[in-house]
Amino acid sequence: MSIPFYVAPEQLVRDKAEFARKGIARGRSIVAVDYADGVLILAENPSTALHKISEVYDRIAFAGVGRYNEFETLRKAGIRQADLMGYLYSREDVTAMGLATAFSQTLGVIFIRDPKPYEVEILLAEISEDGREHRLFRITYDGTLYDERKFVAIGGKAEQLAEALADLWTEGMTLQQAFAVGMEAFNQAEGRESEGWEVAVLDGSNGRRAFRRLDPSQLTTE
Amino acid sequence: MTGKPSGPLPLDAPVPGSSFTDLLQWIGAAPEVTIPPGSSPVSAPEGTTVLALRHQGGVVMAGDRRATEGHLVAHRRIRKVFPADRYSAVAIAGVAGLAMDMVKLFQVELEHYEKIEGIRLSLEGKASFLARLVRGQLPMAFQGLVVVPIFAGYDDKEGRGRVYTFDVVGGRYEETDFGSTGSGARLAKSYLRTAYEDDMTPEAAMALAVNALVAASSEDTGTGAPDLLRGILPNVVRIEADGVAEVPDEIVFPLAENAMENVR
Repeated sequence: MSIPFYVAPEQLVRDKAEFARKGIARGRSIVAVDYADGVLILAENPSTALHKISEVYDRIAFAGVGRYNEFETLRKAGIRQADLMGYLYSREDVTAMGLATAFSQTLGVIFIRDPKPYEVEILLAEISEDGREHRLFRITYDGTLYDERKFVAIGGKAEQLAEALADLWTEGMTLQQAFAVGMEAFNQAEGRESEGWEVAVLDGSNGRRAFRRLDPSQLTTE
Repeated sequence: MTGKPSGPLPLDAPVPGSSFTDLLQWIGAAPEVTIPPGSSPVSAPEGTTVLALRHQGGVVMAGDRRATEGHLVAHRRIRKVFPADRYSAVAIAGVAGLAMDMVKLFQVELEHYEKIEGIRLSLEGKASFLARLVRGQLPMAFQGLVVVPIFAGYDDKEGRGRVYTFDVVGGRYEETDFGSTGSGARLAKSYLRTAYEDDMTPEAAMALAVNALVAASSEDTGTGAPDLLRGILPNVVRIEADGVAEVPDEIVFPLAENAMENVR
């Protein structure tokens, strides 16, 4: 019987983290920006068929960067969880906080247990019943959960985007202004033209299901 | 991995993975009904008359508000017509508790599919799924606990409204003009048969729907007539190209008043 090589836990975690970070850094980033009537989510995405942003529940949206199949698995799992909770209890019992913890636990378990960690970063946005108070969560590949205010960025250029947004973001922006701010942050962080936008909002005026996909060309002409 | 709805997420799902009903069964949260042999039938409130009719721009669906248990009125203001999603609606007759549960599951199913797949089910697909839910009730039907819905929606591919009726074993039938189910259905249908016209306006179709319900209520004790004094009015839902809309009481009231006048 052969004895498995001993690898120090520090070494193991470091290697896995480095591997995951490399994978995420290759992908394009996403930002979520708080504006007067809701939350705008903006992703650089040249594809019009494959989405990175999605509806999870009435007032909750999801966005993921990194490996498509992995964040798609998480997205579907999030929808299942939300719909199960809403069906078994009540629609108001589904919260971004609860989902964010579930994502965090799941990613944490996968990071420790599986030979290959997920190369993804997740963003969850939620608007409150009156549309005034918004919640933004960022969950990283190892399950670390961040509770953010005003704006949040995920992906390879997350840090640069957050720095740019810290300067650009102002209270009570209109949708068009928020879109302009998001695009400007991308320009500053990436230093190049975008290859296409995927835009969605959570807006209380949309009724029970606050999530809508928007056509970026309609946002710039106004 | 059979997960409970808390803690880490349900990463796995039964194939094909887009059905909420299957997911519910898979995690063991779907109500399992086993009827002990030799048990006597139970009685539960039953919803009565609902109907749907096609018009030039879509479909109008309407239902009275009464639920009966035997010869008694169990509920006076029950709701039997529900939007299923943005472009379709479902109306129920039969055991109210089971029927409302079926509607709730159907609504979640449609939304779940849409979110998971990123695209809405076709109208045909929705009707076919509802038929499966009706069929799932078959063991209960043998106990006398019958649920029979009607389903209607706007088919944007064909650009017209469509109406489907069902039978107790889950048979699904597309109706060319109108459909009705419940204790007063026969009366409502005979009224509709004489008064129905092709290419009616939505307004004419709404008036006709309310008239048919009132006609049914005047002979069927299970069907509740509009109660103008207490403001108990039929539920009316319009489904057109721009989606489902519930018709507010201000619009239904004069229609109900008029219909009551006609049978006086």
